[in-house]
Amino acid sequence: MRAARAAWRFLRSEPFAFVGAAIYALIVVTAIFADKLAPHDPREILRVGRRVARYLPISPEHWLGTTSSGRDVLSQLIWGTRSALQVGLTAAIVVVAIGTLMGLLAGYLGGWVDKLITRLADIVLSMPFLPFMLVLAALTTPGTTVVVACVALLLWPNTARVIRSQVLSLRERAWVEAARVTGCSNTRIMFVHILPQVLPLAALYGSVAIGWAILAEASASFLGFGDPDTISWGVMLQEAYANQALGRGAWNWFTPPGLAIVSMVLAGFMISRGSEKLLFPKLADK
Amino acid sequence: MSAVIEARGLGKTFRTGRRTVHAVQDVSLAVSAGEALGIVGESGCGKTTTARMLLRLEEPTAGQVIFEGEDITHRRAAALLPFRARAQLVFQNPFDALNPRFTIRRTLAEPLRNFGIPEAEHAARIDAVMGRVRLTPASAWLDRFPHELSGGQLQRVVLARALIPGPRLIVADEPVSMLDVSVRAGILNLLRAARDELGLAAIYISHDLALIRYVCERTVVMYLGRIVEEGPTAELISSPRHPYTRALVAAVPVPRVDQDRAALPIRGSLSDTPQGGTGCAFRDRCPHAMPRCEAEAPALREAGPARRVACHLEEGAPS
Repeated sequence: MRAARAAWRFLRSEPFAFVGAAIYALIVVTAIFADKLAPHDPREILRVGRRVARYLPISPEHWLGTTSSGRDVLSQLIWGTRSALQVGLTAAIVVVAIGTLMGLLAGYLGGWVDKLITRLADIVLSMPFLPFMLVLAALTTPGTTVVVACVALLLWPNTARVIRSQVLSLRERAWVEAARVTGCSNTRIMFVHILPQVLPLAALYGSVAIGWAILAEASASFLGFGDPDTISWGVMLQEAYANQALGRGAWNWFTPPGLAIVSMVLAGFMISRGSEKLLFPKLADK
Repeated sequence: MSAVIEARGLGKTFRTGRRTVHAVQDVSLAVSAGEALGIVGESGCGKTTTARMLLRLEEPTAGQVIFEGEDITHRRAAALLPFRARAQLVFQNPFDALNPRFTIRRTLAEPLRNFGIPEAEHAARIDAVMGRVRLTPASAWLDRFPHELSGGQLQRVVLARALIPGPRLIVADEPVSMLDVSVRAGILNLLRAARDELGLAAIYISHDLALIRYVCERTVVMYLGRIVEEGPTAELISSPRHPYTRALVAAVPVPRVDQDRAALPIRGSLSDTPQGGTGCAFRDRCPHAMPRCEAEAPALREAGPARRVACHLEEGAPS
């Protein structure tokens, strides 16, 4: 309750974070009620009379028109929030879990553990994202799992670095020493005493990872490495591209999924931007 | 009376890059049950490092720590658990000594859990210790968080946490220096009462001779990592033997406006201290420095009943 009120006060004071959180909230609500909100079945091939209703422009029946195979664009867009959230949330959870664990171990244990983890993080950070994903997708079955695995494998160092630096300062506090004097093992100090204090920070990095994962899924789908059976924004773009929607001027088909991806990634960025003051108070005056 | 804790030739050397710092050298001391020992000295003299080694928060690089007859100098963390339950620490800054996300109850239950005390006993022990630190009724405090308490109240909780596992030794590192003057006496009296009633050995670390005189029967004075003088507190303050102790005693503020006091019998500051080499570490600041002080470090010698002094001036002097 206290946390909720603090979060609300924070959002009120930071317009960036507020807009970001609002976009996320809108997408979550859309995803939950997708089956009620969508006017048509996103896979249904619509017909006008006996002909397939292909390339219909924007109209009261089809707010965003139809695709080359006569499917309702708005319904696809709405259903796309589900797969976007699914990919985004799983990737974010995995990123936060790996990143927090690595950061905690590196920051608290120090020594060779720290060296090993920071070196590993440096190596991972230097890997190009898209080629890595394409190679991984080519070597395995393309699909959502590959996308999530990729995001998790390549994005944990960002979280780990921040958590590590936070832990470095927390471990010097007297209450950590007090925990040792009162018989806590290193494991207990790390997971019971320090972890709860870095979780908000980890959650923040998770929110950024959501945007990244969605972008990654869209790129993979667009390049044909996605799961063709799911309805996602990336798959929509891929289909539009393959059917030369751009050449036909069917902007009502390819613009909405593009904007949806941009707004979701932007939301993650805005939340992290808005929280800067909270996380790095010294930057506020500059 | 056998000692609860004993240090023999304790030393700690820190290496940072190419610099080597001898934080503590050749410190020997012992404290018995029911006795309070004061360690005084200015900032950086190694008194806190000594305390941390006695509690095995720091591993000594030389010498031994003997606790209740057992050598714990290099014991591994897991094997230290029984020792941890019997040697506790009271922190300097109560605002930083408690986990901000733990309620007072959880803070006090944490040691009980770690030291394997059955959960059925927790409530009774927490109640008892809250009574001992005069935070009553306990129910009014236990569900609060540290930020809801004042400094004095927090320090009582810190003391309660130290007492709850039933220790034999309490180390108090500047226990009241962060507190308002008005609540200092209360905390010191609680500490003393706990020591008297439970028969604890106590070690007070402080730069404040007035505090040490109030609570400790015996005192050691440290300078640059070494003990320079040791003796019964009253005697040490009324007739200091080492030039450094004399300066320390002369520096105690006197509550009088028109002070009429002599200049301190000491010159320079800690930063003027000779690094390394042989000889007495205090020689550059000492008003009595002799050629011999340059050549040879004075050993800590017996100088009368229960007194030890490390100074060449003592040699041949009637004790």
